[in-house]
Amino acid sequence: MNWNFDILPDFIFNGLSLGAIYGTVALALVLIFKATTLINFATGELAMLGAFLVYVLHMEQGLWLWLSMLIAMGLSAGLGVLIERSLTRPFDPSDHLPVVLITLGLFLIINAVAGDIWNYQVRILSNPFGKFPSWVPSVGGDRFIIVFGSRLKYQSLGIWFTLAVALVVLGLLLNKTKVGLAFRAVSCNVESARLVGVHTGRTLGFGWAIASAFGTLGAVLVAPQLGGVNPNMMATIIIYALAGAALGGLDSLGGAVLGGILVGLIQAVAVTWGGVVVFGQLYMSILQLAAAFLVILIVLLFRPSGLFGTRRVERV
Amino acid sequence: MVDDVFDEIGLKVENLHASYGAVEVLRGLDFEVASGGVSVILGANGAGKTTTLRAICNMCDTTGTVILGDEDISRTGTAEIVRKGMVHVPQGRGTFSELSTMDNLLVGAYTRKDNEVKDDVDRWFEIFPRLAERHAQMAGSLSGGEQQMLAVARALMARPRLLLLDEPSLGLAPLIIEDLFERFATLNKETGLTMLIVEQNANLALDMADYGYVIESGEIALHGSADKLKNDPAVQEAYLGA
Repeated sequence: MNWNFDILPDFIFNGLSLGAIYGTVALALVLIFKATTLINFATGELAMLGAFLVYVLHMEQGLWLWLSMLIAMGLSAGLGVLIERSLTRPFDPSDHLPVVLITLGLFLIINAVAGDIWNYQVRILSNPFGKFPSWVPSVGGDRFIIVFGSRLKYQSLGIWFTLAVALVVLGLLLNKTKVGLAFRAVSCNVESARLVGVHTGRTLGFGWAIASAFGTLGAVLVAPQLGGVNPNMMATIIIYALAGAALGGLDSLGGAVLGGILVGLIQAVAVTWGGVVVFGQLYMSILQLAAAFLVILIVLLFRPSGLFGTRRVERV
Repeated sequence: MVDDVFDEIGLKVENLHASYGAVEVLRGLDFEVASGGVSVILGANGAGKTTTLRAICNMCDTTGTVILGDEDISRTGTAEIVRKGMVHVPQGRGTFSELSTMDNLLVGAYTRKDNEVKDDVDRWFEIFPRLAERHAQMAGSLSGGEQQMLAVARALMARPRLLLLDEPSLGLAPLIIEDLFERFATLNKETGLTMLIVEQNANLALDMADYGYVIESGEIALHGSADKLKNDPAVQEAYLGA
């Protein structure tokens, strides 16, 4: 066994940037779960659709990438509101099965429609952090800086910065606006929220809107790592995000981000770097996916509420 | 102590039925809450007291007529009813346990559009100083008595004209209950806020109420002025422990 510590920082940086993306998508899951105790299985496909919107706006229509992203996030948010209003609100919120089936149906429909329009080939989508203005320092033409003797890609820095900005915006929306306060109230106690005059449906729509926007952001950030966009791009990402959400606690927003980052680290360090240590060479290991399921399994076995989630206390 | 920001308003309920599935819990209630008064609903466990308050606010399947002031609110949604001026403090307080005390109060003012919300927070903090001390704490970490005060203060933040209180004494120590009811009485006297209280603690409730109703198996079995009920042998035996 060769403890190859020289390359460890590379894997840590990689894990942290992948993890930040998982955290972004995990937030989309948790925002809806916290308010409705419902897993939206269409989260990944909605995010994929958002990424294709960016593809159409940017690659086909030639709009500036970041503007395309903002527009796509806005459109995703609108779609989220529409889904809440038309597909989930008519159903009894205490009966989960119909709504879970609806989100599963949405998953299949969106995937099939996207496949029909764009077929299942990978299409290149520009990397939001692929180009840098000339004042950004570069080493030998590559865009990275040296940290702990390893290369820290500007792409990673860009992902972290984007997630940080998105989290600040989310924090402001939730803590400084009236609808945010109402959303937190609904997430905590639906009946009491109604009793102070909150229209719970509209407020949940707000949650769907920001969740969908976050999903789209995550999909656009992950696209370059997958070589581009395609209708199945979120298939494994959503499982890593789910593992992150379960690890952090399904009803904790901060837990979702941290859980996502931890899953990224587990993948990059425990599985990939560990693989290098044990086998002496780099395998693009399918064990990464197994690791995500293992995380879910261990969390459910030993700490079902996750690291930061609310523990369920049943009073009889 | 409190500026008179509450208008007085009465409530009239006619032939109110409510059921959970096939079980009919309320079987045609008729009662009134006088404007500016305090009325109390007494009854044993399972008589339908809580359901009565829930039915008034359209929180369960109901038929019948509910008139607030001169407006029929029988078909008005729970959230809209708050905007009509009737606010319900549910049994078990219904505090938002993961929100801070301050946020609980602010969300209580959700329906308001004026800019005096902060003034009202200060007002209720003055009257409930314990809440002021714990303004940044999660509501779930407050004691039972503090949570009940918070639930009442949160309801008052909506500037209601009629307050529905469901068993405010539940789970509280006797001294705290007395303190709480004194505050209710003061509030009613100083502001004219109309109140309808559901209570098991009949002694205390009848002491501060003007009028009372006794519910048995989903029907009004007895009603009258608070004094009359207090001296009624049947009420004494069943609810006052005489």
